[in-house]
Amino acid sequence: MRPALHAEWTKLRTVAGPSWLLLATVALTVALSALALAGESYANADAGVDLPKLSLTGIYLGQAIVAILGVVVIGSEYGFGMIRITLAAVPRRWTVLAAKAVVVGGLVLATGTIAVLACLLAGRLILPGHGFTAAHDYALLSLAHGSTLRAAAGSVLYLVLIALLSLGVAAAVRSSAAAIGIVLGLLYLFPIIAAVVPYPHWQRHLQQLAPMTAGLAIEVTTNLRSLPIGPWAGLGVLAAWSTAALLVGGLVLRLRDG
Amino acid sequence: MSETPAPYRSELPAGRDGFAQLLRAEWTKLHTVRGWMVALVAAGLLIVLMAAVATFHQQTSVQAGPDSPVVAAHPFVPHGPSGEAVTDSFYFVHQALVGDGSITVRVSSLTGDIAQTYNSHSTSQGEQLASTRPGLVPWAKAGLIVKQGTTQGSPYAALMVTGSHGVRLQYNYTHDIAGSPGAVSAASPRWLRLSRSGDLLTGSESSDGRHWTRVGSARLAGLSETVQAGLFVTSPATRPSTQAFSSPSGSSASAVFDHVGLEGQWSKRAWSGVAVGAGTVTPTLTSGSYQQSGGIFAVSGSGDIAPAVDVGSTPADTLAGLFVGLIVVIVLGALFMTAEYRRGLIRTTLAASPRRGRVLAAKVLVLSSVTFAVGLVATTIAVPLGEHLLRVNGNYLYPVGVLSEVRVVAGTAALLALAAILALALGTVLRRSAGAIVAVIAAIVLPNVLVITAALPLAASQWLLRLTPAAGLAIQQTLTAYPQVDYAYSPARGYFPLAPWAGFAVLCAYAALALGLAVVLLRRRDA
Repeated sequence: MRPALHAEWTKLRTVAGPSWLLLATVALTVALSALALAGESYANADAGVDLPKLSLTGIYLGQAIVAILGVVVIGSEYGFGMIRITLAAVPRRWTVLAAKAVVVGGLVLATGTIAVLACLLAGRLILPGHGFTAAHDYALLSLAHGSTLRAAAGSVLYLVLIALLSLGVAAAVRSSAAAIGIVLGLLYLFPIIAAVVPYPHWQRHLQQLAPMTAGLAIEVTTNLRSLPIGPWAGLGVLAAWSTAALLVGGLVLRLRDG
Repeated sequence: MSETPAPYRSELPAGRDGFAQLLRAEWTKLHTVRGWMVALVAAGLLIVLMAAVATFHQQTSVQAGPDSPVVAAHPFVPHGPSGEAVTDSFYFVHQALVGDGSITVRVSSLTGDIAQTYNSHSTSQGEQLASTRPGLVPWAKAGLIVKQGTTQGSPYAALMVTGSHGVRLQYNYTHDIAGSPGAVSAASPRWLRLSRSGDLLTGSESSDGRHWTRVGSARLAGLSETVQAGLFVTSPATRPSTQAFSSPSGSSASAVFDHVGLEGQWSKRAWSGVAVGAGTVTPTLTSGSYQQSGGIFAVSGSGDIAPAVDVGSTPADTLAGLFVGLIVVIVLGALFMTAEYRRGLIRTTLAASPRRGRVLAAKVLVLSSVTFAVGLVATTIAVPLGEHLLRVNGNYLYPVGVLSEVRVVAGTAALLALAAILALALGTVLRRSAGAIVAVIAAIVLPNVLVITAALPLAASQWLLRLTPAAGLAIQQTLTAYPQVDYAYSPARGYFPLAPWAGFAVLCAYAALALGLAVVLLRRRDA
């Protein structure tokens, strides 16, 4: 396993693409969060704005970049024929997939932590200037609050799980383009479809099943009762999607020719 | 001596490097990949399927009698003089007046009540009245009105004082002219005068009944000789929050009028009171009433005289499947170019046709025609099917002109084509499918996800729908936002920050910009 990990790490470290993607993840996540923060003010907001969730809005965009990383880690190997060398060097295919998962997961864990902390810092700096002060019953964003810490740590885990989901899907369909289309379709289409299905209980079930709406329940810190699914249960749903994708991807890798 | 054999010449005619050949080559490259064609057809079918799913929605059930079948029906929505959906509910103290003349009145008080908690399940009047608090909504209205008749939706001109928008001259539901600002009270009453001269109605206001200022005038084409004129009071429902999908609370207003005067050919007869459109608009707080003692009228009413909001569905509501289609054509558009780089086919393509700009033009033409055609077939089926299902299930559909309907149907197909072009151009620039696909999906689909999930504050999502390629979705817009109706005009409810063609132009500009960059880079770089 160690040599496999080392090989995967070398493959990622020695090309420029992944570092640009990780940089873009942080930059775009913080940029969208800043847009959301700039657009909200106490004066024209509803009561009880969920400040940690608002500060973490950028995850909606950041996850798309993380998905590219998860997809190209295996998709580009198929594209350039590198997969044959990889599998010749490490014939145990589950080991290859596991090594890729560990390396990608670790990188996204580190990057996601930076991005999430930067988002919360932006919220801490911007929100008091927009009227979200103690005088209006809004505390300064701080990781010392249990729910804010949960939202922050959960968002990092969310990004890691999205990367693993993408890796699994790419291993299963063996094409970067198809894989990224499927992953973004899974993430973004569910809420759009849930918004138009006719019956409220269908809507609720769709929101409980969808990887993005369920997974992002982890960011909610106010009015938890109105959520279709609890924060950790929601992240569990996403984890189930990622596991399923990795299993299918691993099976395809195992059963088909490189 | 044998003859020297002539050098071999192929019998085949020389190949031509015309644009038609290029188009044929690109079409062959597109339609012979089975996966791509399957995905395109599936996307078209999903657009139709989503129209059926999204519109299978029973709005309200109405049972005429205990034994009659339950039929799906929506509350009656009147239509204004130019065919738009309107709200027309108010209390009207009126008399029939013939010919030209003017009516003058002094308003000395305007107060109101707002339902505290409107429960959408309790429809009995008593329950709503039980929980009110004093309060005047900003668009509570009281004043003079000259109206074709007492039927809902008939032409009118009205001069009024409002809760917090000062004096207004409004006519035919959509028009609104501002007069002087300020609220009325016993200390600062307001005199209003509405004069008719043929089709022309002119409104004037005064603070003392002597010095008059013209507010504006309204031309009501074809106004009948006999009109209903008099005093009116109404007060629209309010929505407590701007973002949440909360149900509105009814409100009512009461006004005190005196110094009622009729001039010109108009002569005073007995006044009678009528609640116009009582019970047809939800929610109203009271059907209204009036009391007259001496020359003083106390009138109360509830409702609104304005364009209707939040009463029905639009053609865009049938097109939720567009986003499925968008993701498919974006993947396809990017692959149409990146697959050539991945497989090295681009070298063959450019060797066969060295003028690279023409190659890209042929690709754009083939890809956009195919995606537009598939999209058009899908939307041409989806929109009428969805509208039919909506109607059958008892939903009200906003009146939409044929041209607007065509714009939504063809514009949505054009959205698919433009998204594919954008992906093709970015695929040429980046030469990486994953990056190009994510960039275009993040630019077109993600802003709508943020709008629908209400993840962004309204102001931020409106800016996104002005500045990103997602602005193009405005082409589906068939509703108009009116400042004289307080409503959460959000993109999620079909009100876009840009006009349909302006939003579409933004998307076109992005596609043109990306294509320009793609041509430059394709020419400059080695394949």
